[in-house]
Amino acid sequence: MIHSLFLINHSGDIFLEKHWKSVISRSVCDYFFEAKEKAVDPENVPPVLQTPHHYLITIYRDKLFFLSVIQTEVPPLFVIEFLHRVADTIQDYFGDCSESVIKDNVVTVYELLEEMLDNGFPLATESNVLKEMIRPPTILRSVVNTLTGGSNVGDTLPTGQLSNIPWRRAGVKYTNNEAYFDVIEEIDAILDKSGTTVFAEIQGVIEACVRLSGMPDLTLSFMNPRLFDDVSFHPCVRFKRWESERILSFIPPDGNFTLMNYHVSSQNLVAIPVYVKQSISFFEMGPCGRLDITIGPKQTMGKTVEALMVTIHMPKAVLSANLTPTQGNYTYDLATKVLVWDIGKLNPQKLPNLRGSLSLQAGAPKPEDNPSLNIDLKIQQLAISGTPCMVALTVERIFS
Amino acid sequence: MTDSKYFTTTKKGEIFELKAELNSDKKEKKKEAVKKVIASMTVGKDVSALFPDVVNCMQTDNLELKKLVYLYLMNYAKSQPDMAIMAVNTFVKDCEDPNPLIRALAVRTMGCIRVDKITEYLCEPLRKCLKDEDPYVRKTAAVCVAKLHDINAQLVEDQGFLDTLKDLISDSNPMVVANAVAALSEIAESHPNSNLLDLNPQTINKLLTALNECTEWGQIFILDCLANYTPRDDRESQSICERVTPRLSHANSAVVLSAVKVLMKFMEMLPKDLDYYGTLLKKLAPPLVTLLSAEPELQYVALRNINLIVQRRPEILKHEMKVFFVKYNDPIYVKLEKLDIMIRLASQANIAQVLAELKEYATEVDVDFVRKAVRAIGRCAIKVEQSAERCVSTLLDLIQTKVNYVVQEAIVVIKDIFRKYPNKYESVIATLCENLDSLDEPEARAAMIWIVGEYAERIDNADELLESFLEGFHDESTQVQLQLLTAIVKLFLKKPTETQELVQQVLSLATQDSDNPDLRDRGYIYWRLLSTDPVAAKEVVLAEKPLISEETDLIEPTLLEELICHIGTLASVYHKPPSAFVEGSRGVQHKRLPGSTGSGESVESPDTGSAAGVSEAPPAVIPSQGDLLGDLLNLDLTPTTTGPPPPPASSGMQLGAMDLLGGGLDSLMGDESEPPPIPLRTDTPQSPQLPHQSPSPPDYSPTEVGPRDHAGLVKLGGDLGGGPAIGTGFGAPPATMPASFNVPVSGGLDDLFDLGGGVGMAMGAFNPPKTVWLPAMKAKGLEISGTFVRRAGVIQMEMTLTNKAMSVMTDFAIQFNRNSFGLAPAGPLQVLSPLSPNQSIEAVLPLSTVGPVMKMEPLNNLQVAVKNNIDVFYFSCQYPISMLFAEDGKMDRQVFLATWKDIPNDNESQFQIKDCHLNSDAASNKLQGSNIFTIAKRTVEGQDMLYQSMKLTNGIWVLAELRVQAGNPNYTISLKCRAPEVSQCVFQNYETVLKN
Repeated sequence: MIHSLFLINHSGDIFLEKHWKSVISRSVCDYFFEAKEKAVDPENVPPVLQTPHHYLITIYRDKLFFLSVIQTEVPPLFVIEFLHRVADTIQDYFGDCSESVIKDNVVTVYELLEEMLDNGFPLATESNVLKEMIRPPTILRSVVNTLTGGSNVGDTLPTGQLSNIPWRRAGVKYTNNEAYFDVIEEIDAILDKSGTTVFAEIQGVIEACVRLSGMPDLTLSFMNPRLFDDVSFHPCVRFKRWESERILSFIPPDGNFTLMNYHVSSQNLVAIPVYVKQSISFFEMGPCGRLDITIGPKQTMGKTVEALMVTIHMPKAVLSANLTPTQGNYTYDLATKVLVWDIGKLNPQKLPNLRGSLSLQAGAPKPEDNPSLNIDLKIQQLAISGTPCMVALTVERIFS
Repeated sequence: MTDSKYFTTTKKGEIFELKAELNSDKKEKKKEAVKKVIASMTVGKDVSALFPDVVNCMQTDNLELKKLVYLYLMNYAKSQPDMAIMAVNTFVKDCEDPNPLIRALAVRTMGCIRVDKITEYLCEPLRKCLKDEDPYVRKTAAVCVAKLHDINAQLVEDQGFLDTLKDLISDSNPMVVANAVAALSEIAESHPNSNLLDLNPQTINKLLTALNECTEWGQIFILDCLANYTPRDDRESQSICERVTPRLSHANSAVVLSAVKVLMKFMEMLPKDLDYYGTLLKKLAPPLVTLLSAEPELQYVALRNINLIVQRRPEILKHEMKVFFVKYNDPIYVKLEKLDIMIRLASQANIAQVLAELKEYATEVDVDFVRKAVRAIGRCAIKVEQSAERCVSTLLDLIQTKVNYVVQEAIVVIKDIFRKYPNKYESVIATLCENLDSLDEPEARAAMIWIVGEYAERIDNADELLESFLEGFHDESTQVQLQLLTAIVKLFLKKPTETQELVQQVLSLATQDSDNPDLRDRGYIYWRLLSTDPVAAKEVVLAEKPLISEETDLIEPTLLEELICHIGTLASVYHKPPSAFVEGSRGVQHKRLPGSTGSGESVESPDTGSAAGVSEAPPAVIPSQGDLLGDLLNLDLTPTTTGPPPPPASSGMQLGAMDLLGGGLDSLMGDESEPPPIPLRTDTPQSPQLPHQSPSPPDYSPTEVGPRDHAGLVKLGGDLGGGPAIGTGFGAPPATMPASFNVPVSGGLDDLFDLGGGVGMAMGAFNPPKTVWLPAMKAKGLEISGTFVRRAGVIQMEMTLTNKAMSVMTDFAIQFNRNSFGLAPAGPLQVLSPLSPNQSIEAVLPLSTVGPVMKMEPLNNLQVAVKNNIDVFYFSCQYPISMLFAEDGKMDRQVFLATWKDIPNDNESQFQIKDCHLNSDAASNKLQGSNIFTIAKRTVEGQDMLYQSMKLTNGIWVLAELRVQAGNPNYTISLKCRAPEVSQCVFQNYETVLKN
């Protein structure tokens, strides 16, 4: 099982280590540093590395490497999932998962790690359970703690651990009972030069924030559940009910959680909300090129497109860009050759346009004309897949 | 207020300050101090000096302080074992606390203190906790058993904790069940044969019930455990599948993949015409696709596994091609994996889309990725015939980009396409020739030269092109040199008039100026061939080449089956069996898919002896054609003739080759200043056999010659023998030494072996001929044949390593598994220079007998791992036990007599050696060469009794009585030894030595 964990920052310093069995020297990380060196970009470091005596499994999150050392045959996905859970928990506790935050709360993080894993076996990974045992720091609490000598460590038995619903603690009480559900959909699409969709899929997630007293039992149904190609649920969802009736029935955890993930693949037509007219050309003669990009709305169902951003990975030969945007502003990073155009809101009356000239390295061969464009955007209040919006939310019983 | 204050070091005496604070009377100050200590510990500072002071803080009612002290203890108890004892009392007390949280915490912490003395005190509290009324305590205690086992396995067994743990599988609380399973699995890993997880339908039922109710991590443990179970019939299999399927919708990807593993395995048992089978197939695809939208690290592991799944059951994902399209921001490791799967899924239906994508990829920036994309286009062309034309034109477009590495990669794959579709796309040769000058990689140069030679008649200036390469002949890599030699000979045979000078030049370069034996040998063969019979030469060199097969890089079926059983594990990520890389303690346990009704495989329990697994594997790999060839070879070899080998069936090529060995060659040799003892490949004793025995090239070709294996095509001599044919030919159960001894070997063969192992013969010891231990097909082109010899008291492993792949091999290393006599390499494997394609190298590895010991079955079995820059390969071989007979094995007569009487008669075993025509003195002499010493000889009634002794390197004495009766070819031998297991081996050795 998981033997040790090292947290390593962007520049390769180990700033926290935790061993669940015997202590392993940090020199084991040298193999990782070697791979990191080779990969150039931190994103490209292979996640599973083999060393003579250990296996190193890493994830890269928030500019930090979470490196775990294992010695026996352990499912790597298990380790990776766990590492992400660690990062999530840190994020959940301290609002951010960065080196400075972890250093500021090192004892709490250490205690958390100790609670999350015992001898390499996961122990308590549910945020609800953890929070009962180790209270997240708040300004008020730290003040109180200093005055009274109280501590962050709870002294109750995590009741949730014993029941059949480990994700919910007993005795929750709210004066205002409320439940919110956010449906967040991401489209992942690849378009070719002419704008035809090569591939598109929708990745949806339902985030819930439930503050209800007692043991509420909720059901949730969808307009058109047949659209889902694949679903995965929080453990609280009763799978049998979903199988037979396509209804989500569950006793929710207290607070924020991800209720379900779903996947709508390209078999169903996915409407891409914007179109792009682009022309990037380089001249045979002279070291320069021209760029002209316009973005317009398409099938936005009357909603505004926000946080629009275009990222272009330029050919290596492009030295600088002299462009004029009609909206937003652009930056060109010389080192990575990435042009970023931050547009913001899309105004359908006045379409944003970016045009101008590119200067090339003298003497370099004419680069390919079609660098790829990445377009990121956000649309509030619109589920692209169309129908998977819930219509009924019934609270069947609340014991308070 | 944050914890960063704990890091501010003020003065030098930090430890001293902390010490003072820890001993403070104020509770609050104490706690702050402990926090500071923990903070220092987490960043790796050594605060072990504070041990007694921290332990003093342990007896407290403050739970936080208690936890912090526990944390400290876990880290430092090891370095202060004596002090740690101080903490024991508190632990024992805490284990009886009314609060289950504290009980659990205490038992958990105690298990983490890895100090022997403490573990003794742990047993009683642990026993109580395992039966605690509170499930939280029980589940913590279950894990604690695993911890304790890690520290002191014997103690756990003696105390009966394992049985208690097994009982916990039937616990009412699902979490307890899950943890018990997890703990047992971990313990079982270090005890491969212990049969701890004895799975039967009842326990399976309990596990399945617990599966629904435990946490996600528990589900992973349970699913992995279920995967080890072999259902009794398809009904049971189906019912398990039905209960596991809901796990496919779990949010935790590890749960999903473990469920996929169980389903993939149990599916094997379902009849294919069952409705449920189809339903299950359909259910598997969506979760796999969903895994690909997770974080890149998860994607990577998922893709490696999908790669296996696609090979086993391509139907699952055949419609999902698009999800494997590469995204711009995928990390490179994800991109490369996706590309691999795209090719596997490519079919006539989706080839257009795939090609369009691949073409895009070929213009990307990352060099590795681009190369792989170009190669992928070539593989598509070979796999989907209808697309070949489009692929070729795409490749031509890419060549026009003039990007150096793209051009080179394209030329390499176009050569493969030529081989798959001869006489179809040769019109592109002109374009290829334009890029001749820009090629700087050996593989691309070799490919181009091959093309020029192969199509010399259509290229007007072929001679000029080849001549240009010839200028820097000695600077080229062997791969290019060999290719150039063959190409020029082809050219000569096609256009004899203009190129006579050129061919002479290359032949003299190859034979006189080169020190590479392969090149020289090939040069000689061509030379000889051309000078004796140009017509035959034409038939040989320009013979029709076998088509290359479409599927490459497939994992061999047995390995694939095993890997499918390991979906989701490290093995599936590395695509290697777990035995190949999991360290030490774990025994080799081959998992097999259960037999399916369709394929008619028998259900096998996991077999522990790896020998069986290894020797079973080859027949599955070697295509039927190879088997046939093997049979042919055996047939030819069987008649015991002392003359030259039997003449082969008449065929132009073979006659030509036959003649090669005759006198004609001598004249050629005479011109040489230093003629090698035999003209062909002295480095591999068996290879000279092949020109006699092996049929013409088309017969030889195994069906699986990959496109990369375009290789010498018509290579003579040793190259012809290189295929798997020789493996089957010489040792029917491949790589087992005695088996090949038992095959009656012709006298002609013997003579050759004599030459091969010259030194060994001089001493009189019998050294077995080299056999192929590792056929090239099993090891990505690396072929290893070898034998064991004992010279002047040193055991040596003599190996011939042959590179039959297309790329250079470097970084060789060798390792042995533990074996009966502790054989271990006494030094590193000395292969200093890189091994170029088609090159062979001799390596002698001295062995010591001081390595770790484990009894093997058979006793003289040796499992070997050889590593090179490409991969790690495994094979097993058997060494003659005489290697282990020490030189000082001659026993004093008196001692012999006493020992003989001393050893109980039960230990005596008797064997017959049949058909041995030596007289007793000759036999005695022969045996002496193998360190079997005759101590006394007695003649009774015309029967010679030889009393002999030998001593094994590990100090075991073996005493023998050999009875030889004049005129009777059957000897009787009685062996006496304190370790009767060795008798069988020794007897075999007698037989081999006496008959050779």
